Amino acid sequence: MSNWALILYCGLITYLTRFSMIALIKKEMFNDRIREILSFVPSAIFPAIIFPAIFINDKGLIDIDDNPKILAAIIAMFIGIFSRSIIATIFSGLASYWFLIFVV
Amino acid sequence: MKSNLKVFLKGIIDVSPLMIPVVPFGLIFGVLAIDVGFTPIETMAMSLIIFGGASQIVLLQLFSGGASSLVIISSVGAVNSRHLLYGAVVSEHLSDLKLIWKIIISYFLIDQAFAISNEYLKKNKDHNRYFHLIGGGATCWVIWQSTTFLGIILGAAIPEKLGLSFAVPLTFLALLVNDFRKFINVIVIIISGLVATLGYNYIPFKAYVIVAALAGLFTAMILTRKNKKA
Repeated sequence: MSNWALILYCGLITYLTRFSMIALIKKEMFNDRIREILSFVPSAIFPAIIFPAIFINDKGLIDIDDNPKILAAIIAMFIGIFSRSIIATIFSGLASYWFLIFVV
Repeated sequence: MKSNLKVFLKGIIDVSPLMIPVVPFGLIFGVLAIDVGFTPIETMAMSLIIFGGASQIVLLQLFSGGASSLVIISSVGAVNSRHLLYGAVVSEHLSDLKLIWKIIISYFLIDQAFAISNEYLKKNKDHNRYFHLIGGGATCWVIWQSTTFLGIILGAAIPEKLGLSFAVPLTFLALLVNDFRKFINVIVIIISGLVATLGYNYIPFKAYVIVAALAGLFTAMILTRKNKKA
């Protein structure tokens, strides 16, 4: 598939999710149980992006020995938990990472 | 009743504070898209056509890992499924709209605009109240397109040594900050992360995002059921 087709399909599926939200989905369609499960979707899906990006190196192997990303991510997580700020989380993580690779 | 323009402007003002995190997000997207091999035109088209931060970053991440198109598209769908919950809330307020407006508003229905307008729609019953949602969405649109553009330009100037791709897991980590405080969410986060990492090389077609997400949701189902019985 060409890059353009890929972009169009990803755009289409994103749009259709939004359209279905306001045109198709009604309150009655979700009982409390389904709502409860749906509320876990971010916790279930984002780590699948986060963890490999931290623990898997350029060669596609798990790297936990000499990996400054792990400590930087842990620092960012704690800053995030206490500050509840998206920006503080991103920048503390990047700053720690740069400190670890350039200074330490 | 307020004029359409006034409601639109109110949407812009209300959403503005939420735009601050969108700026680095858009820049990072622009820089990384060029980095993984998309052309500047394709990168700009992604922001114009998809107009969704999480969708676009997942696309980049899987694309750079060599995933097939089918896996990328279904992963983007899975990432978007978190929005289905909003539908139950927002559709109530917009049920009397003409279909053409629903088609237009759907394009602008992003996290930030939704979060802000949901409050406004709850309190306000004027029939032009949806201009608030369009105001918020349009503001985010302008910020997202201009920061993508800046990212594309800056991308060439940023040295690879900086390891800016690390901003991707950090951005998603930032979206979970509230969930780290809840016990069941933490278990779900760990299960999903472990399945994705350990399965990265073994789950076929790079479908690790979907497999890990399903494992996480399954864990949530079991834990929340036990919780009730106890």
